[in-house]
Order: sequence, then structure tokens, then C-alpha cells
Amino acid sequence: MFTTNHFAELSATISPAIMQTFVVVMILCVAGGTLLDMLHKKSARYFFENWRKVQEKGKQPVSGGEVASLAIQTAAVEVLTSAEFCNPRRRISHLLTMYGFLLYVISTFIMVFWYPTPATPTPAILPVLWSLGALMVCVGGYWFWFFIRVDVASEGNSPFRVVRADLFILSLLASVTFGLIWAVLQASGSGAATVFLGLYLIATTVLFGSVPWSKFSHMFFKPAAALQKKVETANGSRRNLPPPADKPEILGSARRQPGHY
Amino acid sequence: MPTFVYMTSCDGCGHCVDICPSDIMHIDTTYRRAYNIEPNFCWECYACVKACPQNAIDVRGYAEFAPMGHSVRCLREEEKGTISWKVTFRDGREKNFVSPIRTTPWGSIKSPADYEVPAPDALNSQELAHEPDALNIDALPALTPDQLKQGVV
Repeated sequence: MFTTNHFAELSATISPAIMQTFVVVMILCVAGGTLLDMLHKKSARYFFENWRKVQEKGKQPVSGGEVASLAIQTAAVEVLTSAEFCNPRRRISHLLTMYGFLLYVISTFIMVFWYPTPATPTPAILPVLWSLGALMVCVGGYWFWFFIRVDVASEGNSPFRVVRADLFILSLLASVTFGLIWAVLQASGSGAATVFLGLYLIATTVLFGSVPWSKFSHMFFKPAAALQKKVETANGSRRNLPPPADKPEILGSARRQPGHY
Repeated sequence: MPTFVYMTSCDGCGHCVDICPSDIMHIDTTYRRAYNIEPNFCWECYACVKACPQNAIDVRGYAEFAPMGHSVRCLREEEKGTISWKVTFRDGREKNFVSPIRTTPWGSIKSPADYEVPAPDALNSQELAHEPDALNIDALPALTPDQLKQGVV
């Protein structure tokens, strides 16, 4: 099951052109949804206004080369290692979900476009990466959903309470879970595979189509915000925060972390 | 006099929810970010401002003592054991302060549960709980009968 390209098997009933069109439509939904979200919330306007204010309040100028260097650092640290999370459990859960999602999406794209039928033999690594990515999303996502979500862990709400903020994580978990179940059923030749294929497609459409209403686009906005923070530190404005203190004598140990979340 | 959250900086970690003594910092159901649900109840204790790891919370004071153009920002550096304050006046003056987070080692202060249970007849004493030790004196000052004057003074 893990080395079989399920999309190639599916091409017997659904033409590869339809599958490829679906993938392209999903990509357009993400791009269009993000743009719509930015227009609606005016987030680009506020971002650039803030950028201008940061430049004005800065105590020393930051050159274009330095900004580029900070952008690389932001990508390498804040983005690739999710360094902004101070809670280690949240950080690990986010890394699992993020890299799992990337593996899952990229391998889907490659299999649907480059190896769409059984006539084009798929390298065994691709379905393995697809399954691995989906499993990583499941581990990180369900762990987050039941144990780490702040409205559950810190506010004591039921893990089964669903609010609009859960749209992204729920649709992502539904997509990968139904996808995995469909893959298993398809591999075993079960008749129920069609039902789970339908659920998989619905969940995937909700995931990519609900971008203007969900937190999906945070993956584009957060790196920009992280870069802005680095530039603020580099130019001395530091969001009007006081400068780091001179290192004094340290008394006692670090604060004990809250034990209930 | 409320606190407010810069939602673009907030990552929904819940430290402010945990620490707010008024239980008014909660998580928004649309964005899963923190916000002050009842600004009228805010004491401006700055607990959430200090606790926020992203420095995403600020305070908007009432205009009679905190006019437009002022700013009070704090930076808590736990690894150094310091809390730094930057006060900006509306005329542009700045004052910076750095304080230790504690002046005694962590764990050195006796918790209430570590004290012995007082005897039942302690209620009859003139002294309050932990007196006179907590006042750092040997005994409370008291008048003896021979110090009192009789008749018209």
C-alpha cells in the first residue's frame, strides 16, 4: 500500500486530466483566497504602513543587503525550524504538521502530474513520502487538536468544541485521514473506497477553498511578520520595547513552567 | 484602562490566559489569538504584558494620566532575571528602568502550607498571625497599667 501510486490506479475510472484540473483549481483557490483575504483585511496595506513606520523610528538604517540577509535568517530559523514557538510541544507538533503537509502536497502534485497512469511507473519513494507526510500530519495534528490547542489546554473547553478558528486544522486532518483510509481501502479492493474518495475530495476542497475564512494563509503572513520583527531589532526601533538589560546577577532558577498546559 | 493584544504578534500560546488574575484574557474563536474580553475589569496589573513571550500585549491607559503619544513598554528577560521598562512621554522624553524579577532566590520564601497550624487558643491573643516575627521586632509595643495617668490630665 505504501509503495503504490493510488492516483495512477484511480486513472482507470477518473481521467488524469480531471485529477490535474482539480489540483490546479486547488492551487488557484489558495492563491486567490490569500489575495482575497489580504484585500478584505487590508493586511498588505497595514504591513507596508508598519514597515514605513519601522524605518522612520529606526535608530540606524538597515541596507537592502542586510534585509536580504535577515530574510535568509528568518527563512532558515523562524520558518524551517518554527523557532517562534516557545512551548516545545507546540513547536514539535507544528514541525510535524508543517513538514508532513509539505511532503503530502508535493508528492501528490508530482504523482498526479508526472505519473498519472500505470503506464508511467511511479518511483516507490513517492507514495512512501505521501503516506509518511499524511501520517506526520495526523500525529502532529491530532496531538495539537486534543492536547495542545490553547482553548482546550488553557481554557478548559471540550476538545470536541468546534469554532471557526478550527476550520484549517479540522479540514487538514479530515483530508489526510480520509486520504489515508481511501488509500488503504483502494489497496485492498474494498467497495467502500469510493465513499472515502468522495469524503477525501470534499475535505480537500474545504481545506483549499476556505482560505479566506481559515488560518491557512498564516503560512505566508507569519514569515513576513517574523522578518519585520528582525528588521525592527536590527534598526534599533524594537517595537518601542526597552533594550536588553545588562546581565546582572541571576537569582534562583528559571520560572517553573505551567504544568497544566 | 485596558490591555489590548497585537494580534499579528500574538501566537495564541495562552500564557496571558493562564496568568490574568481577573480571568479576562481569553482566546478569540475566529483567529485563536488572545484578547481582553472585558476591558472594564482590567486592573492594568501588567501580568499579561510581562508574561507574553511575543511582547504582543500593551496597555492603553485612560487619557487623564496617560495622554495620547505616551508609551509604557516592558521586556521581561527570564534568563537574566530582569524586567526592563521604557517609559516614553508625549514630549518625546524617555526613561528606562531595569529591575530584578526577584531579590530572593526562587524557592526561598516559605509557602503558607509550610507554616505550622496555629493553636486554637491563639485567637485569644492580641497578636495577629505571624506577629511579632513578621514585623521583624521582638514584641509589639504595649502600655502597662502604671503608665496610665489617673484623673484629669
